[in-house]
Amino acid sequence: MAELRVNPTRMELKKVQARYTTARRGHKLLKDKRDELMKKFLEVVRENKELRERVEASLAKVHGSFGIAAATVSPHMLKEALILPKKEGKLDVTYKNVMSVTVPIFNLQVLSEGGADGYNYGMAFTSGELDAAARELNGLLADLVKLAEMEKTAQMLAEEIEKTRRRVNALEYIMMPRYLETIKTIKMKLEENERGNTTRLMKVKDMMLAAQQKQMADQDEDEA
Amino acid sequence: MYKIGIIGERDSVMGFMAIGFAVHEAPDPETAAKILHRLAKDESYAIIFIVENYAKAIPEDIARYKDSPLPAVISIPGREGTDGSGMAAIKSAVERAVGADILFKE
Repeated sequence: MAELRVNPTRMELKKVQARYTTARRGHKLLKDKRDELMKKFLEVVRENKELRERVEASLAKVHGSFGIAAATVSPHMLKEALILPKKEGKLDVTYKNVMSVTVPIFNLQVLSEGGADGYNYGMAFTSGELDAAARELNGLLADLVKLAEMEKTAQMLAEEIEKTRRRVNALEYIMMPRYLETIKTIKMKLEENERGNTTRLMKVKDMMLAAQQKQMADQDEDEA
Repeated sequence: MYKIGIIGERDSVMGFMAIGFAVHEAPDPETAAKILHRLAKDESYAIIFIVENYAKAIPEDIARYKDSPLPAVISIPGREGTDGSGMAAIKSAVERAVGADILFKE
């Protein structure tokens, strides 16, 4: 593991140690965040799967009904009947914060003009099959909106989890070992310097002692 | 207030007029992608449904909107019934998050 390139001084040691502490705390927090996100995500995605299965089955039925309706009236008639919607599906969007991920919440608001019987065409030129199909689809509307909301939530949570996991791994396997390695290196260098210092001092002391002894010996010789 | 859009070939999407969706017919996937980008840029659409057979043909265009809160681009089965690509989207989200497919394993 490559250590950071820093001067082996006590200052740097302190700095790196502080950074290591921060990294460790961040790592723990991010790990907690990841776990919680995962829990939420699995909840959402399970429900999402069930809802999608249900919606897909219902949609197949609706398409079947529309197929029959299309077969009983001419295509022009069908288009004419549907082209001017009396209702307008509108959404009110609010946002929810799930573990600092902003996810939308869709509130369906159906605006209908003039009476809410639900059909935007007269009864004269269309068949009952079309009514049935439109009614079925209408019943599915809330589920469709819910599906969109859940699927979006799942996508966004998935992205956030991916990001968080990368961060956790980067801290755990790259940053933290690197800091530890650096701390170790600096400590070793400092100790080495210390030892070097001690030996130098001892050496100098020896030399001084030797010089002193020699001087004393010379003096003795002179006096004698 | 946001609108709900739907993109697909005529037979699959026409019925959605009845419940007040903004219906956009597209004869082929390329046109569908163009419409999708136009609707997304418009910013008045919160949900854009797109029929599966087109959604499958333009995954990159759809992935572009995956990470922003709006619009939600959701694929739904068209007249031919589902081919599982909508489920595949959920599956890919799970794989992205968990790293392995834990929901659909059989």
